[in-house]
Amino acid sequence: MIEDRSTYPNGHDQLKAHILTGTNNSKPKSRGYELIDHTADIGIKAYGKNLKKLFVNAACGMFGILADLKNVRKEKEVEIKLEAPDVEELFLLWLGELLYQLNGKGIILKEFLIEELTGKRLVARVTGEKLNLKRHCLKTEIKAVTYHGLKVRKIKDAWQAEVIFDV
Amino acid sequence: MKEGWKGPLEKIDDYRWRIPKSYQPGMRVPGMVYADEKLLKDIEKEQSLNQVANVAVLPGIVKHSLAMPDIHWGYGFCIGGVAATDIEAGGVISPGGVGFDINCGVRLMRTDLELAEVQARLTELVNGLFANVPCGVGVGGKIKTAGKDEENLLIKGARWAVERGCGWKEDLEVTEECGALKGADPSKLSERALERGRNQAGTLGSGNHFVEIQVIDEIYDERICSQLNLARGLITVMIHSGSRGLGYQVCDDYAKSMVRSLSKYNISVPDRQLACVPVNSPEGKSYIGAMACAANYAWANRQCLMHLTRKVFERIFNKGPKKLGMDLIYDVAHNIAKFERHKINGKEKLLCVHRKGATRAFPAGHRDIPPAYKEIGQPVIIPGDMGRNSYLLVGTEKAMEETFGTVCHGAGRVMSRTAAVRSIKSWVLEKELKDKGIVVRAKGRATLAEEAPQAYKNINDVVNVVHKAGIGKKVCRMRPLGVIKG
Repeated sequence: MIEDRSTYPNGHDQLKAHILTGTNNSKPKSRGYELIDHTADIGIKAYGKNLKKLFVNAACGMFGILADLKNVRKEKEVEIKLEAPDVEELFLLWLGELLYQLNGKGIILKEFLIEELTGKRLVARVTGEKLNLKRHCLKTEIKAVTYHGLKVRKIKDAWQAEVIFDV
Repeated sequence: MKEGWKGPLEKIDDYRWRIPKSYQPGMRVPGMVYADEKLLKDIEKEQSLNQVANVAVLPGIVKHSLAMPDIHWGYGFCIGGVAATDIEAGGVISPGGVGFDINCGVRLMRTDLELAEVQARLTELVNGLFANVPCGVGVGGKIKTAGKDEENLLIKGARWAVERGCGWKEDLEVTEECGALKGADPSKLSERALERGRNQAGTLGSGNHFVEIQVIDEIYDERICSQLNLARGLITVMIHSGSRGLGYQVCDDYAKSMVRSLSKYNISVPDRQLACVPVNSPEGKSYIGAMACAANYAWANRQCLMHLTRKVFERIFNKGPKKLGMDLIYDVAHNIAKFERHKINGKEKLLCVHRKGATRAFPAGHRDIPPAYKEIGQPVIIPGDMGRNSYLLVGTEKAMEETFGTVCHGAGRVMSRTAAVRSIKSWVLEKELKDKGIVVRAKGRATLAEEAPQAYKNINDVVNVVHKAGIGKKVCRMRPLGVIKG
């Protein structure tokens, strides 16, 4: 089963507009995520009508902070399988794994397909291409995904998450 | 998420404020914040004081959970935070108390060059540094390491670089720990950490990391300056960088594993980023072996960066770095945990001192100071922002008594990066700096705005608190001329 393609394949443009206009709080749900102002670092608040959507939107938010995704081609696919004791840890592992694809493997990602997701297990296929600094513009280095203030919770009929990155 | 401080803060004197133990259940010691009323106004706007209180719950913590005047909101520990735990009494070590960029730190190099000589070639120099020092997100370096070579780097630290011709043996004598922490154990690193270290030696990174050309513009202590061969109008170079991806991965790996070990040691922490284990536990020892590797990587990295800098000066002034007097003054770690002996209630104890965004500042006569500096005290390098000043200080006895021999590490942010990008235009800032005679080059589109002087506290205020509180002693002040950033 493959579903939940990112609704924001070009996360960067939304993020850029978001930063430049300072509209952090306007219609965050339509964007899927918003930035959290943190003095030293940067964070995101992500939303999703279900858990898969939440994980995808958070991934888009993080890659939107990292890079300009306009020129990224869908040439390389990576399968990701993760297990964790709870959903918050799984969320942290997910973003950490995607970050490692860029920082460790040099793969810049733009599309995130989650095939299976329970509170403790995730299987996904993510797509992008090998980083090429002649064509790709990296904006900010995220050093890591932190536990500080990490929250993943269901509020009424939707999911919400907060996470702070070390930049 | 951003809420101000509503808790108690007891004034001790103009520069010291206490968070009482009664503020929060589980606090084993009070919090102690070094700041003045002006700085406190910004500090109280965010959550960093809560973080000081949270750190006070760590098992084995002694005396105080400390915060330096550059304190600002971090994750787990605040930035500018210091905590020492008593190893014999089950004291813990926390990767969050060191930070992701293990041994992010700064070194200061002097030169014989004078202001006029450098001003005439300033743009050429900054362009030369920008072209020859690998910087920016995703940029690797020319120095590749693998297998035994990478292991050597992780064990030998800065000496590895010197043995490859990147510097002089005298550089090692004036680097904290001579550029290598003992106990580095590469077998404690994950394959991912090793992989990320392979092509990043000799790279600056991005964000607040920089190489800056400066001029000494104010002298506070003639005697110490003359011992260090420093004088008003002389040019200095400051290099700020860390352990790059290898260090981030070490912290990431161990923070995760320690979260899972908390229950094993019956430890509960108010923020998972404070996850910790007893120093003497197997998990603690593994982290210490890995952290030392990352610290050594950072020292090797700064050594390589200094070598690249010397080569640029050599080419532009057509004179070797020795002839240009490009001697290292000192190199200090900002993010590290160290094992040190300190007096607690009159008794000497072996402590694990976490400094996260804080600088060791040992006084004259201390056994861990290079012989050349025994009489003056350990040099302490405090970078400011790219538009204002940086400082050189020395450690004092009072710092040993009060702060485990520690002072601040920089100015400390007051504005988030997103807020800085929103309100500051990079090109306007570049022009403003140019009008002040400061040439800047940055790789990232947003870097300049994120690192704008307005985003930081005024370094003069921060250093003033350190000096007036007596935990550090001002030696001289530097003004920036040219900066490269990632």
